[in-house]
Amino acid sequence: MSDKFKVEIISPEKTIISSDAKEVIIPSYEGEMGILKDHIPLITFLRPGVIKILNNTDKKFFVEDGTVEFSNNNLLVLSSTVKEISKIDMNNIKILLNEAEQKISQNNLTDKERYSISYKIQTLKNISK
Amino acid sequence: MPSLDDLKKRIKSVKSTQKITKAMKMVAAAKLRKAQENAEKGRPYSQKMQNIILNLTKSITDPENAPKLLVGTGKDHTHLCVVLTADRGLCGGFNSNICKLAKTNFKKILSDGKELKIITVGSKGLDQIKREYGKYIIKKFSFKEKKQISFHEAELIGKEIIKLFKEKEFDKCILFYNNFKNVITQIPQAQQLIPAENKSLATKTEEITSYEFEPEEDEILEDLLPKNISTQVFKAFLENAASEQGSRMTAMDNATRNAGDLVDKLTINYNRSRQASITKELIEIISGAESL
Repeated sequence: MSDKFKVEIISPEKTIISSDAKEVIIPSYEGEMGILKDHIPLITFLRPGVIKILNNTDKKFFVEDGTVEFSNNNLLVLSSTVKEISKIDMNNIKILLNEAEQKISQNNLTDKERYSISYKIQTLKNISK
Repeated sequence: MPSLDDLKKRIKSVKSTQKITKAMKMVAAAKLRKAQENAEKGRPYSQKMQNIILNLTKSITDPENAPKLLVGTGKDHTHLCVVLTADRGLCGGFNSNICKLAKTNFKKILSDGKELKIITVGSKGLDQIKREYGKYIIKKFSFKEKKQISFHEAELIGKEIIKLFKEKEFDKCILFYNNFKNVITQIPQAQQLIPAENKSLATKTEEITSYEFEPEEDEILEDLLPKNISTQVFKAFLENAASEQGSRMTAMDNATRNAGDLVDKLTINYNRSRQASITKELIEIISGAESL
């Protein structure tokens, strides 16, 4: 028995990745979560962060939101904002970062929004390093 | 009997029409391939989203407190119909089919004594519906300038629907669009968005897995249901785009063929009357010569 399971990342436009993985780390809403084979069925959603797929070659994806379902050793990530990090333009990140920083300086945000934007800024900063 | 000149002109005009329809067919074919690809790529997302929601609904124990978007307001008085059509014509029965389906539904809703509200997307549907049901239209969208409709536009409509729902403007929401089956067949469809249809897909008898939720399932549903509406709208968009091009391609193919037939018929007519006039002239010459 291999210790791998299937992972799929799907955006409304297309299937972004569909492959095997040893471990997937997802930025779940209440904290990072590492998922290995035979995890119990799970449904959760994401905050801005980085999805890491650990396999022979590792892959990283930036997400802003999304929904995750794990069942029968199938990990399914639905998100409209997935981008593979190696393919993102650094200038683009700076623009996104600026936008986010401007947004968080506004006062009319709910706690929830503030929470996810602060994570967005943090992740973007980490990526641009 | 039209004169030779008239026939010539007609043949020429039919031929140039044929050129146009042929070009439109080619363009539609090229666009179709892309649209079809998009529609097929977009299907898994909406399907899986539905699945997750289905799984979530199964685990809800207390339907009284479930989110309103899922179970509805409990009433069945005001219906909101969202009609998705194209912005361009010349695509066969594409727009009319959607409108026909929508109109039969409108009629039923009104004859049941219920209230009707309409949102139209795309200008062609608006034109067809506003004649009879103009006063029910509360909102119209058109993305004519957009070359390719992205998720963003779908979200716009999704948010509008949710806003209206929260303002208690309607109890039930139905989406009309064409489902792309293949190039020749597009099936107009009415899909119920709110309350989320509990189509008992459970017939597959999947063992009900009890999920672990993080955070609570109510919260997930609260987040997921609005997203699902946008997703369903987006799916409808994609299906519609593919259907439009498919329908246009078949329509233009037919038009090209018909034009070809017409040209053939006219050419035969032309040749016949040309020959007739030559024969007539010959007879005149011969009988003239004989009389000498």
